[in-house]
Amino acid sequence: MVKTLLKQVKEFKRDSLLTPCFMILEVLMEVLIPLLMGSIINDGIEKGNIQHIYLMGAAMLVAAVIGLFAGAMGGKYGARAATGFAKNLREAMFTKIQTFSFANIDKFSTAGLVTRLTTDVSNLQNAYQMILRMCIRAPFSLVIAMVASYFVSPRIARIYLTAVFLLGAVLVTIMKFAMKYFSQLFEKYDALNESTQENVTASRVVKAYVREDYEIKKFQKASGDVYDLGVRAEKMIILNSPFMQATVYTCILLISWIGAHMIVSDELLVGDLSTLLAYCMNILMNLMMLSMVFVMITMSMASAKRVAEVLNEESTIKNPKDPVMNVGDGSIEFRDVTFRYDEHSETPVLDHVNLKIASGETIGIIGGTGSSKTSLVNLISRLYDASSGKVMVGGWDVREYDLEALRNQVSMVLQKNELFYGTILDNLRWGDETASEEECRRACRMACADEFIEKMPQGYETIIEQGGSNVSGGQKQRLCIARALLKKPKILILDDSTSAVDTATDAKIRKALAEELPEMTKLIIAQRISSVQHADRIIVMNDGKVDGVGTHEELLANNVIYREVYEAQTGGNRDFDENGGEN
Amino acid sequence: MAVKRPEPTMKMGGGRGPGSRPPRGVKGAKIENSGKIFLRLIKYVGKYYWFHWIIVAICIIGSVLANLQGTLFIRTLIDAYIKPLYESTHNALGEGITWGLKIVDGQYELAGRADYTGLLHAMQRVAIYYALGIVFAYTQARILLVITQGTMKRLRNEMFEHMEKLPIKYFDTHAHGDIMSLYTNDVDTLRQMISQSMPQMFNSIITVVSTLIAMIVLSVPLTLLTLAMVGLMLFTSGKIAGLSGKNFVAQQRNLGIVNGYIEEMMSGQKVVKVFCHESKNLEDFKELNNELFDSAYKANKFANIMMPINAQLGTVSYVLCACVGGVLALGGNFGFTVGGLVSFLTLNRGFNMPINQVSMQMNSIVMAMAGAKRVFDLLDEKPEVDEGYVTLVSVKKHMDQIEPYYEETKERTGTWAWKHTHQADGSVTYVELQGEVVFDGVDFGYTDDKMVLHDIKLFAKPGQKIAFVGSTGAGKTTITNLINRFYDIQDGKIRYDGINVNKIKKADLRRSLGIVLQETNLFTASVIDNIRFGKLDATYEEVVDAAKLANADTFIRQLPDGYNTILTGNGANLSQGQRQLLAIARAAIADPPVLILDEATSSIDTRTEKIVQDGMDKLMKGRTTFVIAHRLSTVQNSDCIMVMEQGRIIERGTHEELLEEKGKYYQLYTGNTASA
Repeated sequence: MVKTLLKQVKEFKRDSLLTPCFMILEVLMEVLIPLLMGSIINDGIEKGNIQHIYLMGAAMLVAAVIGLFAGAMGGKYGARAATGFAKNLREAMFTKIQTFSFANIDKFSTAGLVTRLTTDVSNLQNAYQMILRMCIRAPFSLVIAMVASYFVSPRIARIYLTAVFLLGAVLVTIMKFAMKYFSQLFEKYDALNESTQENVTASRVVKAYVREDYEIKKFQKASGDVYDLGVRAEKMIILNSPFMQATVYTCILLISWIGAHMIVSDELLVGDLSTLLAYCMNILMNLMMLSMVFVMITMSMASAKRVAEVLNEESTIKNPKDPVMNVGDGSIEFRDVTFRYDEHSETPVLDHVNLKIASGETIGIIGGTGSSKTSLVNLISRLYDASSGKVMVGGWDVREYDLEALRNQVSMVLQKNELFYGTILDNLRWGDETASEEECRRACRMACADEFIEKMPQGYETIIEQGGSNVSGGQKQRLCIARALLKKPKILILDDSTSAVDTATDAKIRKALAEELPEMTKLIIAQRISSVQHADRIIVMNDGKVDGVGTHEELLANNVIYREVYEAQTGGNRDFDENGGEN
Repeated sequence: MAVKRPEPTMKMGGGRGPGSRPPRGVKGAKIENSGKIFLRLIKYVGKYYWFHWIIVAICIIGSVLANLQGTLFIRTLIDAYIKPLYESTHNALGEGITWGLKIVDGQYELAGRADYTGLLHAMQRVAIYYALGIVFAYTQARILLVITQGTMKRLRNEMFEHMEKLPIKYFDTHAHGDIMSLYTNDVDTLRQMISQSMPQMFNSIITVVSTLIAMIVLSVPLTLLTLAMVGLMLFTSGKIAGLSGKNFVAQQRNLGIVNGYIEEMMSGQKVVKVFCHESKNLEDFKELNNELFDSAYKANKFANIMMPINAQLGTVSYVLCACVGGVLALGGNFGFTVGGLVSFLTLNRGFNMPINQVSMQMNSIVMAMAGAKRVFDLLDEKPEVDEGYVTLVSVKKHMDQIEPYYEETKERTGTWAWKHTHQADGSVTYVELQGEVVFDGVDFGYTDDKMVLHDIKLFAKPGQKIAFVGSTGAGKTTITNLINRFYDIQDGKIRYDGINVNKIKKADLRRSLGIVLQETNLFTASVIDNIRFGKLDATYEEVVDAAKLANADTFIRQLPDGYNTILTGNGANLSQGQRQLLAIARAAIADPPVLILDEATSSIDTRTEKIVQDGMDKLMKGRTTFVIAHRLSTVQNSDCIMVMEQGRIIERGTHEELLEEKGKYYQLYTGNTASA
């Protein structure tokens, strides 16, 4: 895991190495300056030697300049290394995600990927900077002080050593308990977030039922839980400091006592004792610093794991070695195709499906929710791979095509579609980067999107907000269809893509497609019988199986499910034309 | 992409963690009115915990004094105890032994007679000071912990309570991710501020003031010199903080842009795949990512440099004082002694330290100010006003006179009446709740300059069913939002049982209206609690009855824990149809006289749709119903159909009447028939 992450340091290796070097230089100055200060007092002021004061003062100034330089450089390189590391991590993950298949994306979930790319990277950036600047500095400073005190007096150095180990053990124990509470605390935070989120999104429901007080009580419980655990976790953390202080003070007292005896018996010089006491503070401060770094590293471990997961993930769908680059025609064939999202699940999503669709045919697909209509078409553009059997397009197994070549010829309008921030033209040109404005207009005419676009103040230059929030559902669907048409594909798949468009417009779109692009194979998934009944053939899906294939009349005559749906929609429950009749 | 990306606004999703948040508030390096916000924050923190703060202050003073004693001890240790000891033993003719350490090893046997009792007493004294110092420090931390966590809890609760009172408009106009991060990120910024910055500042002020006084007593010229150096430190810190701040703002902006891009592309990742747009995206992303790196690098660089610069300026200050002081002391000017200089130099160190520490806290203070500003902005939002005084009360109806007579009662009789206390003479009249709704020339717009509803007139008798049809954006949902006063109208009147809805208390008005929205919101709780949302004290039997009425009973029983199954993430483990059924059950258990129904959208398959429809039909029986219709069956048997277009009712009448009129309704109806 650590190795995976460290690989991303890349061009910032130099910065990452220089930072600790400068930090060590700064530490040296930090050790030197108190020595010089002591000398100013002991040898200069007390002895009335003004020359010595000047000399040592000058030396201190030099040390200060070096220390400043080292500190500033350490700060600079540390910042560069950490922010650069974060940059590379983001880039590496983003690049990796671009290679992900639908199955990979499903595994991580959109929200999961966003958190990994944002919060987790921020955590790692902070931790990395901390490690570079403190992780070397603190132990180094600790060791220097220990070694120095060993030279002054091995006996006293042993006291330090014992104190450091004892305190270290105590701190680790405290941290362990604190971490346990912290992880519980994060769970409670989630509950708090949930409560807030629900009330923000469901504000209408809460108000309609006048349940404000009820929700307030619920929230207070959640925030009370956060409080309780927060106090419990931090109670552990604040134990650090009394233990620290107690150890430092005990050391000072011990050293004073033993030191006094040693001085009396000529084993120690008077000046050495004050030096030793100064080191005492230094050693234990560094220990404290280390414990902070330790907490930080532990907390960022979770982030590190999550980022490494993305970086180590292998795409489930890969380009073949010698890919077929040309899709011959728009014919589709399913040969005994079985498909599961999860290899271990018992019931397959698609169960031994056999289908043959000729190039240029218009196929309607109908069936209840969960009947695997979407799963069926997802296999055609190889968004997922079949578990067994073969899906063929233009006479070749889809797994033999170059992915881009295949997907450019199989244009899909997804059920859950997205527009992106940018002008309408920018969005349309996702289909074809080089499309002229005239081509875009033509695609929009076919998708019946031209009218509302032209009514907009900026027309085709109108900016679509993030997530397409400034167009209605029906408008969005029509823009997505136009975008898909611009690819000039051999196969067009509409996955419930006109559900928010009124029936009249729906019919107009289908007519335009049939007249202007007769050679294109069209697959139309719909809930409404009216959307599919004029298709050349209609596939009725039920529980992952093909329940029937035929024309509207044939199916009415001999398919129970189809007849049932038809009757439901033409009887009292017929769809009333309302959903977005923006035209 | 040629278009410059905007400052992102997040509409969806939960913004957890600092990374996933667009930059808000930090518009310039300085936040406006930061002084005011700071004072308000202090006031807020002090209001509930003034007693705690007093103890904290005592503890801080106590631990400062105890530490001072400790420092003094180390200084006097050598001069007052060890040196005399050394001299006493070495001047005496060597015989006798020391006690105590002989046990450790026998090295001290040749030493002269030394009397350690003085040292021992001094050490005992100082040990007590140390112990006191530890106790003070721990008490301080412990109390601060309560203050910090307590303030955060109180603030969150207050925010939530206030938020619940805000009008729907607030939720319409604020990105949900932003509101959510108020509760986590912004409140969290206060943690550091309260638990560290505030006591640190107090501590520093005490140290600085006491040290300053001591320094002035020792030497005025050296004090001036020290102050000049401090001035220089503050000046450079300010300069660097400015540079860092500028880049920090840039970093936050770029971080927001990058996060916005990530949000957008991750949620659209499947579309990206379908359109083979990966490499183009990567290019865009790299560009944005590099910009972020540039500003983040600079911001961090300046922040990192600040500490060494201040530390070394402190060293320079020390050296200057030593040299100037040395000249003064050795020259015997101003009555300045060597001992005085040594003390002064110690004070000089002690003076620079707190200033360094405060400057290190600046960053967290700035962040807390930004967070506090956003939190206070929420608390300052105007709550929904409710000037209504007509209330809904349970009554007993007496029919023994010509006019029915209503007697107010505490028990639930099933009969409700509006209690109308007339403002003019204080007399009270009761009007039975029946569910008659009248719109009279109602105009409405979300903002005053753009009306979305014009001159709406309608009349619904108790028990009638009114259907609205028309295209999206015609204003159907808006009308229903006016009945329960989610929004207030600009002109005209809405009457409920003859009473102007403005006079009715909002809570009572809404309690009498049931609502089933197109998009179902469920809560993280058991199924039974979700249904009980409609009536908190409903018994298990009542819940089951409501579920049966809504056709939800069957599927609920098939859930792993039946009625006790916990729903999470807005009922993510249920299908859309099932969620809708639960919403119907929720409305059914509230048993309101007036219902507002927004029918389900197209994504439910036909069979489920039938079940949902059936549940809705049962619910509508005997109630005044406003239904936003999507299906012919709903419309056909309505008492009145309103055809809406661009905020106006263009046709009204029964199904047959409208068909005869051969207007828009006829068009819609036959158009549909033709294509079906």
